[in-house]
Amino acid sequence: MVPLSYYVMLSLIVFMVGVVGVLIRRNIIVLLLSIELMLNAANINFVAFSHYLQNVTGQVFVFFVLTVASAEVVVGLAIIIALYRGKATIHVEDVNRMRW
Amino acid sequence: MTLVLFSYFAAVIVLAAIGVIASRKPVNSALALLVMFFHVAGLFVLLDAEFIAAVQIIVYAGAILVLYLFVVMLLNVRAEEGYHTQGVIGLAVGFGILGEAVMILGRSGFADRFPPSSAPSAVSAVGNTEGLGRVLYTTYLFPFEVASLILLVAMIGAIVLAKKGIFGKEGKRS
Repeated sequence: MVPLSYYVMLSLIVFMVGVVGVLIRRNIIVLLLSIELMLNAANINFVAFSHYLQNVTGQVFVFFVLTVASAEVVVGLAIIIALYRGKATIHVEDVNRMRW
Repeated sequence: MTLVLFSYFAAVIVLAAIGVIASRKPVNSALALLVMFFHVAGLFVLLDAEFIAAVQIIVYAGAILVLYLFVVMLLNVRAEEGYHTQGVIGLAVGFGILGEAVMILGRSGFADRFPPSSAPSAVSAVGNTEGLGRVLYTTYLFPFEVASLILLVAMIGAIVLAKKGIFGKEGKRS
């Protein structure tokens, strides 16, 4: 059997890949994809702990993470479309209207 | 056997995750994310969470990713040249936090308190889906309703954001 720390380590690596993706990419769509990576890392943790603690609550919480993720995707993509309509760019450094 | 399957899923998940953030074209990123979703679903099956695995494939791979691909192809942006100017700092921060977290995880002995269990859980007596449904619709009924409200707000917000001039003078249907 696989020890729990392997799952935690995997989730950690995926989360950090997501963080690095948010920091180094310029395309806003890829930024949203990186956020999906981070949410999936959280899901792996939830399900792994749910299995090892013999408690189904972790899997219920994956449901709520899924709900929040889909809401975030819908609103984020709508913002991207509105942005592209206004400025014809989806690169983060071209968007600084609300910066200071 | 389980360890072999876990190693395969973990390796593909990590490689696909790196592919998401490393590939130049957004379409390739989205497809790498699709591969990752499927392997995460396989990991869930390994953890006796069959229903969550099915939902992962249906909702993430079937709905969310199609939405991403739709927007990527709708906007039709050029492949980006180079990364963000803060890329090196970002990489350094990422690896720094990763090393720190690995160190903390290695020092802490919390994993020993949860030995690898092959005993049937309380859920598997009635099946994964039924056990999940019982908990979701009794203990977590109120958060479930709040989740539906979140989806409603997201739906309205997307319509308001994406439709041109819905509140302005050009709001009349043309």
